[in-house]
Amino acid sequence: MRRFRLSRYLTLALLATSIQFGGLGFAYADQTILNVSYDPTRELYKDFNAAFSAKWKADNGETVTIKTSHGGSGKQARSVIDGLDADVVTLALEADIDAIAKETGKIPADWKGRLKNNSAPYTSTIVFLVRKGNPKGVKDWDDLVRDDIQVITPNPKTSGGARWNFLAAWAYGRAANNGDDAKALDYVTKLFKHVPVLDTGARGATTTFVQRGLGDVLLAWENEAYLSLLELGPDSFDIVTPSISIKAEPPVALVDGNVDAKGTRKVAEAYLDYLYSDEGQKIAAKHFYRPFRPEVADPKDIQRFTDVKLVTIDDFGGWKEAQPKYFGDGGVFDQLYKPGQ
Amino acid sequence: MAHEATLPATLAASSRPVRSATTESHLARLTLIAVSLLFVALFILAPLVLVFAEALRNGTGEFLAALTDSDTLSSIRLTLLVAAISVPLNVVFGIAASWAIAKFEFKGKAFLTTLIDLPFSVSPVVSGLIFVLLFSSHSLLGPWLQSHGIKILFAVPGIVLATVFITFPFVARELIPLMQEQGTADEEAALSLGASGWQTFWYVTLPNIRWGLLYGVLLCNARAMGEFGAVSVVSGHIRGVTNTMPLQVEILYNEYSFVAAFAVAALLALLALVTLVVKSLLEFRYSAQIAASRRH
Repeated sequence: MRRFRLSRYLTLALLATSIQFGGLGFAYADQTILNVSYDPTRELYKDFNAAFSAKWKADNGETVTIKTSHGGSGKQARSVIDGLDADVVTLALEADIDAIAKETGKIPADWKGRLKNNSAPYTSTIVFLVRKGNPKGVKDWDDLVRDDIQVITPNPKTSGGARWNFLAAWAYGRAANNGDDAKALDYVTKLFKHVPVLDTGARGATTTFVQRGLGDVLLAWENEAYLSLLELGPDSFDIVTPSISIKAEPPVALVDGNVDAKGTRKVAEAYLDYLYSDEGQKIAAKHFYRPFRPEVADPKDIQRFTDVKLVTIDDFGGWKEAQPKYFGDGGVFDQLYKPGQ
Repeated sequence: MAHEATLPATLAASSRPVRSATTESHLARLTLIAVSLLFVALFILAPLVLVFAEALRNGTGEFLAALTDSDTLSSIRLTLLVAAISVPLNVVFGIAASWAIAKFEFKGKAFLTTLIDLPFSVSPVVSGLIFVLLFSSHSLLGPWLQSHGIKILFAVPGIVLATVFITFPFVARELIPLMQEQGTADEEAALSLGASGWQTFWYVTLPNIRWGLLYGVLLCNARAMGEFGAVSVVSGHIRGVTNTMPLQVEILYNEYSFVAAFAVAALLALLALVTLVVKSLLEFRYSAQIAASRRH
């Protein structure tokens, strides 16, 4: 009989462990939605989620828990495609949401028109982060190709942020040469000769510049640049806003396929709408994103943003055209960037 | 010392009479000891000390605050849960596999032995992707699982599966050589004296292998708690839900929370150190028995 008892105990013990632990993290009393986002939005959504929960509780008496996942924008899109059941996605690039729409059909192809401002409740732009006191006197894009300057930017092949950097530089090259794309190519080619190392992601590039002390200028998202000042102390770096840059529009979208399966459509829609509300816009501005409606945000927050001439992705024919042309295999970037030259 | 006897007589004759042929000169010994100590200090001890120093840079208050953050607490809970499930599973699997390989003769044994080593030789990223391929929405299983509301990928079951896969060889690898060395004589004796299969295992085999088993369990546990690559692929990185401690360390580091990142890293290192200390203590306490079972 020993055999029976032994195996029974074993089964019981395994069952007990799985019951005891298996329920952890899954037992939500009220509604839970999952926001799958990209790297630098953590602080923004931490604040925003708390505000939205409070609002939802006040209006409907229900408790809503918002879970978040952060990572590289392309990687996050891949996870949603593979089955991560996001209720909403708030990513860095339109192309990433397009990919989810195309691969899974869980988002309709016309998602971009469903919310205001091309589904971008907040925008950002590309600025320069320089060492405190700007010892090399960097003021604008033309300074970046000086002999004594090294520029840090991640690899546009792998990083969404780096693509904005690349296009912002191109926009300057164009503007400085009366719209001549051949001269813009010259400028960008020269610029990348001043890049000693290409990290794969924006945070990696920031670490290279900040922790390892490499380079004189970091090309960064405006919100990332302000965040690193806040986190690492304003006494080590300065932000320089160039004469021209690009308007980066990180879009948001409802994942219809998932909210309908989970029955969370109402709260997920309200969540995205709340991003456009006065309160949502205030929180975005507080976290260094340029809000869609600056007039409702705290004027003190808005003052931090320097006026800058902004081109948009439409000046490059939209992402559908720009992505393969500049960053596809054998595209412009592949041709101009030859390591070690 | 068996090889002492096989030394050629000429070599023994040519050495100076001051010292025997099998001992090194004083200088050589000192150099060797110094080099290995220096290496251990530089490459193992110094980084470890640095992790703790960094974690405690702003005092114990901040260290403790970092560890009691709700997302971090959940990552600690998840890590312990994953280890609590995957280590027992791998003990069972490991014993079964090594038993089969060491005590039985069958076709394809060499193949099975190679297969057990697979998780060691495959990059953890690939291991993770295997589970994505198996359970993602586009896989064969995915739609069925989804329609039945079963979540594996980007949830705790996926993390456990990936960890079990990665840590599978630890117990089996420890036990196979030990069991092979011990042979089947004891078991045959027990069986011929009328013991049942379970009794043989419980009273004969298990006591023989317990030290190897313990070592395997400790290694398995250390890796189960520390696995990064495979878990990162299947986790989905949902904060407070599917982040294990190693993932939490990376997240905190990338978010400029250096002290918090090193606090979690220090805790993780501490868990590994405790494992090693427990192992050394047991070895010290039972050194006679261990020697006996090795000789067995």
